[in-house]
Amino acid sequence: MYAVELTNLTRRFGDFTAVNNLSLQIKQGSIYGFLGPNGSGKSTTIRMLCGLMTPTSGSGKILGLDIAHDSEDIKHKIGYMSQKFSLYDDLTVKQNLEFYAGMYSLSEDVGERRIKEMLSLADLEDRQNELVVNLSGGWKQRLALGCAIIHTPQILFLDEPTGGVDPKSRRMFWEIIYKLASQGTTIMVTTHFMDEAEHCDEIGFIFEGNLIANGTPSQLIKMVPGVLVRIATHEPMELLETMIASSFPYLDIYPFGASLHILLEEDQLAQIAAFPYKQITPGLEDVFVYLVKSKRKEMKI
Amino acid sequence: MKRLRALLIKEFIQMRRDKLTLAMMLVFPMVQLLLFGYAINTDVKHLPTIVFDQSLQQDSRDLLNSLTSSEYFDIKYVANSFQEINDAVDSGKTKVGIIIPPDFSENLKHGRTATVQVIVDATDSLSASSAISAAQLIGQLKSQKILLQKMQGYTGHATQNPYEIRIRPWYNSDFVSAFYMVPGIMGVILTMTMVMITSMAIVRERERGTLEQLIVTPMKNWELMMGKIIPYSIVGYVQVTVSILVGILVFDLPIRGSLGLLYGLTSFFIIASLAQGILISTVAKTQMQAMQMSFFVFLPSILLSGFMFPREAMPLFFNLLGNILPLTFYLQIMRSIILKGVGFSIVWPQVLSLIIYIMIALVISIKKFQKKVA
Repeated sequence: MYAVELTNLTRRFGDFTAVNNLSLQIKQGSIYGFLGPNGSGKSTTIRMLCGLMTPTSGSGKILGLDIAHDSEDIKHKIGYMSQKFSLYDDLTVKQNLEFYAGMYSLSEDVGERRIKEMLSLADLEDRQNELVVNLSGGWKQRLALGCAIIHTPQILFLDEPTGGVDPKSRRMFWEIIYKLASQGTTIMVTTHFMDEAEHCDEIGFIFEGNLIANGTPSQLIKMVPGVLVRIATHEPMELLETMIASSFPYLDIYPFGASLHILLEEDQLAQIAAFPYKQITPGLEDVFVYLVKSKRKEMKI
Repeated sequence: MKRLRALLIKEFIQMRRDKLTLAMMLVFPMVQLLLFGYAINTDVKHLPTIVFDQSLQQDSRDLLNSLTSSEYFDIKYVANSFQEINDAVDSGKTKVGIIIPPDFSENLKHGRTATVQVIVDATDSLSASSAISAAQLIGQLKSQKILLQKMQGYTGHATQNPYEIRIRPWYNSDFVSAFYMVPGIMGVILTMTMVMITSMAIVRERERGTLEQLIVTPMKNWELMMGKIIPYSIVGYVQVTVSILVGILVFDLPIRGSLGLLYGLTSFFIIASLAQGILISTVAKTQMQAMQMSFFVFLPSILLSGFMFPREAMPLFFNLLGNILPLTFYLQIMRSIILKGVGFSIVWPQVLSLIIYIMIALVISIKKFQKKVA
């Protein structure tokens, strides 16, 4: 049995199709990264899985339970953390945890034990009696995570959990996620940070509502054809223009930080021998650029 | 039960922390009661008056005396021309102008009709009608007296009035407006707090995203609603208590019926108002919208419930419209218990109406309140 199994899941808002015929499976105990730009349908998918939205068509199963009919049973087994902070600002850290312990009907001693565990997991023991409104981003996010997993859910849905959080807090957050995964929790996490995606066991790329690729990071990287080279430069945009103007053959060319990435067939390498290039393995961002462009047929293939 | 308990604890902690709202809830009834109780007096007296007495005889002075002693007219100015009367009423210095013609005494003596002109500023219809009815009554009484005196002169013995109508105003014999207003204000305050604060409290959870987090828990709809109804009912009862205390201590409001019955039946109105608030919250997307929609309930409640204007005078359509507002029934219950001192056997139809209202509103709310965000 898969933790999550979607078949042709579709959600429309009027004429706009937010999620289009999405099918995927997530293995139990794995971390599944759901990647895509803003507005590509990541949140809508997660919201349908959590019972916050009804699918227009298609079906989904969570731990074998149907998301359309068994959503109340599903709720005991899942945890959800939305991209927007959604705890009570005017309650203290501990009161928020106590509230969610109550909402999941945990017994008194289990609740007390879990609250302690969550406080230590989120490193919030010293601040448990502070009002949430006084916490800064990273702390709030860890508290939100604590509230979302207080009932030890089997599957955890995280919608852009690390948006607007400093790098140190992001690292702390991911450490917690690894820990949960190692304890057997299945995690589905949406993000647009490609470096975060590399930590996932499996990745799905979603673009304009369509799942355009799905697999382990290494599988995805193999999808990029030809060879990728990198030319370091301080003015990537200027170099880009020169390269395009010189009309030599390539598959794709785009600026990448303080460098230019060029994708070309192996036999085209000789053409750029004049430049100080370096052959590199594509990262997930390169994969994403390739996938989106080939989807849009902007690629010279 | 654990979930409901958690919801209640949360709500009380939030309420305690939100000192401003809490203070509003308590101070609001007091301020409103004092304002309405003191300022609103539907029996308009002491209208500033200007008099142009061209007769200047015993008879005209006698008439003017009767007018002033009625307390309705305060003679502030004496005019020497029609123009002065015009100016005084135009400028708003006086509300009433009285013109007594030069032949006033003459006419009276010869048994002809003596005309007195009373000019009334009717821009404010309430004070105008007070003045008109007072002037007419005084005129009639005076002419009756003169007629009777004349009859006595002809027949030689005292004559009795053919009719005597004795009016006895029950329940509020001194026409104290406050007695009528205080129960009304209690109802209005409850409507306002219960409808507005409840709808905003739920919509606030939607706006802040906390509702989304609640929906992914196994919480039931009715638990969420009870989690709001119970704490705010308590607030409502505190307001009722404050209002009754102010009523008794400041306005000497007589509580003629059973206070226990009053408190008991108030629960139906509180729940009906909360149900209204919850209904609004299922439609409103933002707190602003919730507030605007609350006013949509609030204004008709004030205008059509009989709080300010007698429902008997309303056209049929508006009268019926008033019947779908819980405040209409609650006002009838309150005034009956507080002023008339009647018991449950009299007010049960109103209670039944409230119960029907509650059931309809809650069923629609629970149905409409989809546990979905979109």
